[in-house]
Amino acid sequence: MKSQLIKNKNIVNDEWITVELPKIEQKIKMQAGKVVAFKLSGEDYPTDDQVIKTKYPETGKILLPLKVFRYHQEKLNKRFLNKEIGIWFSTHEEIHKFIEVLGDLNNFPLIAIYVEKFSDGRIFSIGNQLRNKYKFRNELRALGDVLKDQIYFLKRSGFTSYLIRKDRDPNDAIKSLDDFTEPYQGAFDILDPVWKRIKR
Amino acid sequence: MLRVAIPYGLLSSNQLFKLADIADKYDRGYGHFSTRQNIQFNWPKLEETPNILKELAKVEMHAIQTSGNCIRNITTDQFAGVTYDEIIDPRHIAEILRQWSSFHPEFALLPRKFKIAITGSKKDRALVQCHDIGLEFFKNKNNEIVTKIWVGGGLGRTPVIGSVIKNELEWKHILTYCEAILRVYNLYGRRDNIYKARIKILVKSLGIEEFKKLVDEEWKYIKDGPNTINSEELNRIKKYFSEPDYKKIKKDSLKSHEKDKSFNQWVSKCTNPHKKKGYRSVIFSLKETGNPPGDASSSQMRAVANLSEEYSFSEIRVSHEQNLILADVQEDKLHELWIKAKKYHLVTPNIGLLTDIICCPGGDFCSLANAKSIPIAQSIQDLFEDIDYLHDIGDVNLNISGCMNACGHHHVGHIGILGVDKDGSEWYQVTIGGNQGNFASIGKVIGPSFSAKEMPIVIKKIIEVYLNNRNEEEIFIDCVSRIGLDPFKKYVYQNSEATE
Repeated sequence: MKSQLIKNKNIVNDEWITVELPKIEQKIKMQAGKVVAFKLSGEDYPTDDQVIKTKYPETGKILLPLKVFRYHQEKLNKRFLNKEIGIWFSTHEEIHKFIEVLGDLNNFPLIAIYVEKFSDGRIFSIGNQLRNKYKFRNELRALGDVLKDQIYFLKRSGFTSYLIRKDRDPNDAIKSLDDFTEPYQGAFDILDPVWKRIKR
Repeated sequence: MLRVAIPYGLLSSNQLFKLADIADKYDRGYGHFSTRQNIQFNWPKLEETPNILKELAKVEMHAIQTSGNCIRNITTDQFAGVTYDEIIDPRHIAEILRQWSSFHPEFALLPRKFKIAITGSKKDRALVQCHDIGLEFFKNKNNEIVTKIWVGGGLGRTPVIGSVIKNELEWKHILTYCEAILRVYNLYGRRDNIYKARIKILVKSLGIEEFKKLVDEEWKYIKDGPNTINSEELNRIKKYFSEPDYKKIKKDSLKSHEKDKSFNQWVSKCTNPHKKKGYRSVIFSLKETGNPPGDASSSQMRAVANLSEEYSFSEIRVSHEQNLILADVQEDKLHELWIKAKKYHLVTPNIGLLTDIICCPGGDFCSLANAKSIPIAQSIQDLFEDIDYLHDIGDVNLNISGCMNACGHHHVGHIGILGVDKDGSEWYQVTIGGNQGNFASIGKVIGPSFSAKEMPIVIKKIIEVYLNNRNEEEIFIDCVSRIGLDPFKKYVYQNSEATE
C-alpha cells in the first residue's frame, strides 16, 4: 500500500503503527439547526470503556491514544524507555490538564494531534503550545482530516509530519509546503518576522 | 458576491479606477462600500472570479481574508493622519497588524470571523468598543505611546460592548498580545454553535478576569519574542504614510461664499476640520435619496478618483459609515470641487444627519437577510427630503440591518432598525439610544415590530418626540438619555398596528 505520510518534504513509509480507538456510536448533537461537527475543548472523549477496550501490538513502535498510554503506562514502561511509544490526542483534549503527569515530553519520539474536521483550527494553536510553551523538540504529526490546504499552516505551527487523508493524493499535498516563500509573521519554522529577516 | 479588501479603507485613485472598471466589466456598473471599509460586488459570475482577481492584482488589491473564520480587514479612523484631534496615526499600527494577520498560520481557521479596529484620536470614529479586539492608542503620563485594549465587543445577534483587558500596553507588544488573545480564543471559543462562536461569547462566559488570566498565561511565553515590534520597523512603516506636500495657506478663503446657503450647508455637514490650516477633509455622501446606502456607480467612482487626483493627492478613503472621503482638500478649492461633485450626486449635505443611513445590502441582495433594508432606508430618506428640516433635526445616526448579523450596525445607531421574519413576512424592530464612539452603548427595543409601510411614520414620530422635548442645542441622543424611552414608546404606539 502506498504511504500517505509526508515528512521532510518526502513521502515516506510510516515506521509507526497508529493505534486507533474502538469505534462507538456517538449521539448526533444538534445546535442552531445544524449537526455539531466539533467536540468542545474539554469534552469527555474517548470514554473509559473505549480506552480499556483498545488493543495494541505487543512489539514495534506504536503511536497510542494518550489516554490508552496513561491507562497502561506501567506495563509499557520498558517500551517507553526504548523510545517505542508515541502518543496522539485530539484537538479537544486539553494538554494543560495532563502535561504534568507525562513528565518531559521529549521522552516521546513522536507526538501526533488528531483533527476530526478540516476546519478545526485548534490544531495550529496546540502545535504552537507544544513547541513554545512545552518545549517539545521531536516529531510532531498531524493526523485525521489533514488536507493540502492546512499543511503550510501546520508546518508554520510546529508540525513536521503530515498523514494526509486517505482519499487525497500526498504528492499533490506536498507542494503546499512551499505555498509562500517569505511569510510576514514570525512562527515556528521561521522565527523572525519578515522585517527582521530582510532589509528593505 | 465578491468582497475586495481595502486595508483600513485607504485607496489610491488608480485602485478606484480599477474598481470602477471591474464594476462595469464584471458587474452591473456599481459596487457597495461596506461597513468594514471594503467594497462588495454583488453580481459577478463565479467563473469570472479568476479574471477579476487578476485585474485586482494589477493594482495590488485582493480578496484575501474578506470571508471565512479568520482575521478580517483591519479598520480604522477615516480621518487618520489628517484630523485635528489625533494623538497617534493609527494607520501605522493598522499596517503592521495587516501584515502580521495576513496568512497567519495559527489563525486561519478560527471558531468564527475576527475583526480588529484601531483608533488614535480623542474621538473614536472606528467603533473600537464594538470589535473582537479594539485598540485605542494614546500617550500615557510619561508621554509613551500605549494602547488600551477592548476585547469581546461586537454587534451581530448578541450585541456587546467590549471589556477592557488592558488599560495600558506599550505599542511594541501589540502583536504578541493580540496573538495571546487569539490563541485563547482559538482553543476555547465555541465551535459547536455558529451563533455562539464569536469571542464575545467566550469572554462573557468566562468573565473578563478569567479570560485575561488565560491570555496573560499565554502571553508570558511570547512577550518580548521575535514578533515584538521595534522602532526601526515602526519608522519604516511610518515613511509610507508621510505627509503630502501641503501648501502654506494663511487667509480664510471660505468667507467669499458666505451667501451661498447650500454650499455652506454642505461645508458644515460634509467637511471635517483638518490639522493643517487652510485644508479640510471632504466627505462624499453615498446616501443620496433613492440611492442604496453605500452604493457607488462606476461613473461616481471615476469621478471621485478624478477629483482626488485634482484636489487631494490622488488618495481616497472609505468610512465605516459607507461614504467616500478626500482627506486633504484646500479650503479655497472647496467651492470648485463642490460644483464638480454635484454633477455626480456626491454632495448631499446629510453627513451625520438622519438620512446618512448606515444600511446593509439586505433581502434584495443577501441570502442571510430576513427582510429588505434598502427600500426602508429609501422610504425614510424620501420622507425627510427637506434639507432644512433635516438640518434642524441635527445629528442622528440611523442604522438598518436586514437580519441579526447586524451588518448595518443597528445596535449602535441612535435609532436602529432590524429586519425580522415573522411567519414568513418582513417586520422591523426599532431600537433607540444606541451610540458609537467613546460612549458606545447598545440601543433598547422600544416595543413590538412594525411593517415596512409603517416605518417612515414611526421614524417621523420618534423625531417629533425629540423635537418637542429637546432643550436648546441638545442633540437627539442626549435628549434620549435625558428623557428615557417612555415618551417615545407612548407616542409611537398610539393607534399603531404593531405586531407582537
